[in-house]
Amino acid sequence: MSKNALLHIGWTLLRLSSLLVAVSILAFGLVISSPIDPVDAYVGSESGVSQEQRQNVAAYWGLDKPPGERYFIWARNMLAGDMGTSITYRLPVSQVIAERFQTSLALMGTAWVLSGLLGFILGVVAGVYRGSVLDRGIKTFCLILSSTPAFWLGLLLLTLFAVRLEWFPIALAAPIGKLSGEVTLGERIHHLILPSLTLSITGVAAIALHTRQKLIDVMASDYMLFAYARGEKKWPAVRRHGIRNIMLPAITLQFASFSELFGGSVLAEQVFSYPGLGNAATLAGLRGDAPLLLGIALCSAVFVFTGNLLANIIYCLVDPQIREERSHG
Amino acid sequence: MNPAPGQTPLLDVHDLSVTFRMYDKTLRQHNLQVISELSVTVNQGEILAIAGSSGSGKSLLAHAVLGLLPANATVSGRMLYQGQELTPSRQEQLRGKEIALTPQAVTYLDPLLRVGDQVRGGNKTAAVTAQREAFQRYDLQSEIEAMFPFQLSGGMARRVLVSTAVLSGARLIIADEPTPGLGADIAQDMMNTFRELADSGKSVILITHDIELACAIADRVAIFYGGTTVEVAAAKDFTAGEAALRHPYSKALYRALPQNGFRPLAGFQPYAGNLPTGCLFTARCGLKTPECNKKIPLRELRGGSVRCVHAT
Ligand code: SF4
Repeated sequence: MSKNALLHIGWTLLRLSSLLVAVSILAFGLVISSPIDPVDAYVGSESGVSQEQRQNVAAYWGLDKPPGERYFIWARNMLAGDMGTSITYRLPVSQVIAERFQTSLALMGTAWVLSGLLGFILGVVAGVYRGSVLDRGIKTFCLILSSTPAFWLGLLLLTLFAVRLEWFPIALAAPIGKLSGEVTLGERIHHLILPSLTLSITGVAAIALHTRQKLIDVMASDYMLFAYARGEKKWPAVRRHGIRNIMLPAITLQFASFSELFGGSVLAEQVFSYPGLGNAATLAGLRGDAPLLLGIALCSAVFVFTGNLLANIIYCLVDPQIREERSHG
Repeated sequence: MNPAPGQTPLLDVHDLSVTFRMYDKTLRQHNLQVISELSVTVNQGEILAIAGSSGSGKSLLAHAVLGLLPANATVSGRMLYQGQELTPSRQEQLRGKEIALTPQAVTYLDPLLRVGDQVRGGNKTAAVTAQREAFQRYDLQSEIEAMFPFQLSGGMARRVLVSTAVLSGARLIIADEPTPGLGADIAQDMMNTFRELADSGKSVILITHDIELACAIADRVAIFYGGTTVEVAAAKDFTAGEAALRHPYSKALYRALPQNGFRPLAGFQPYAGNLPTGCLFTARCGLKTPECNKKIPLRELRGGSVRCVHAT
């Protein structure tokens, strides 16, 4: 490996760690300044718990210490590999996140692939038939989508397909009352369809509109003109020169959309009571569960950072301009 | 040198006008005529040079012949290829096979495709040998095949572009400004290539603003001004001197050449949106009379043609 690459990796890691520190401080600041009292949230406000018992609970979770100290205890444990224990679930944070993340991953992954493919196809069709009824239809559809909040769309789908038509289950990732070992793949998929559709639809608009614009630029380019001049027909030329040239920016955009994906999943999971990471984040926020919230914040930061990093790496690997300069220079 | 009697020219462009539909700032639609009543013929085996300053509609003529004008362009007039009307479907058939374009710059190459692959045009096996031969002929090393367009120098890019036209086996090659940015030797080589192609029976339209270069290798030269042909003459007329030329603009161009006194012509070419009704050259012409404000047809004169009432 060249010295350049090592330097690059080092720089990336430095950026990531400074990002994580910033995110954790910010998240911690938000939790402790929220009006929710974690002890209340834990014992329940209406239960007749004595003041002494409340203090015991606070001491048990370390909530009696000043905020600064609590943060440093958390940070020290974190560096030692211990993410702490979730107040809400009474389980190690790492375990909660690992379980929830798997569920969310199925949701986000499906939505990501769906929105990427659908958006790209719509964008290409609109770009090639620019100005036609088809193009205008796709454009309007995208503009409506991009101004529609995900949760509202989710509620709409839920009312229509789950409540009215009863095609899909109303909530959760698996049928109620079944042991997790007995849930079939079909049932999981059945529960996945509506939430992932909701989540994917918000991503479709961005990628479709972007792809359309890029393709329009490419169609007006000199090299497209030359391709036609050399007798290439429309669709073969689009395949050979168009797709290739718009693929890269689209892929980059798709990877960089990890943050919207994560943000959207919090809303979509809430609407569908889908037991994923987003759902856990909402609960952690509502209960003042600092360790869990910090853990989730860090994980999502790493997740988004990875998306952007992947986008950069793919760009370098695929774009000959960058690739050849690297290998020659 | 007009076509011999009985011989149909390979390409006959008659009274071609190209108008663009544009929208101004207030979104009012207006029409911009960029080529007006342009006529040229190209015979088999000849090089017709089309010369004129930029903005005179030279490249647009190439795109019009190939049927590659943008959607907001309207074309009127007639274009005949081998005596038959060039309809859009016929243009599509002929593009890249009978009529080939050599574009100006490296931007006409797809930035993400390797050069060799582009020159072969997707035609995988059969074309490889032909492509290598063409590259050898234009002094392009075999490594260039595997390069991407951004790695080529300007000169290499132009030679690559020329080899695409040669490889196509087309009978009519339209070369759009093939020489700027090339060294004198390479430019000369390239011109020789076009001459060879013409001598082997192909026809070449050489679009250029370098009149000297054009005259050195072309058979005939058409002079463009403001989107129309003002004179078509044998190349030798341009070397013979001012008296042999017909149009005041051609004469002015001649005088502006370094070896002929370097006397530039004052004024500007009229803007396409603001063309005078009569002769397009009136604003800069020393010979103009009221008659010049009428419509001036292209007429035959001393074995060439000219668009000027007073030319003799
Ligand atoms: S027609 Fe009149 S204005 Fe035009 S070039 Fe001839 S003399 Fe000059």
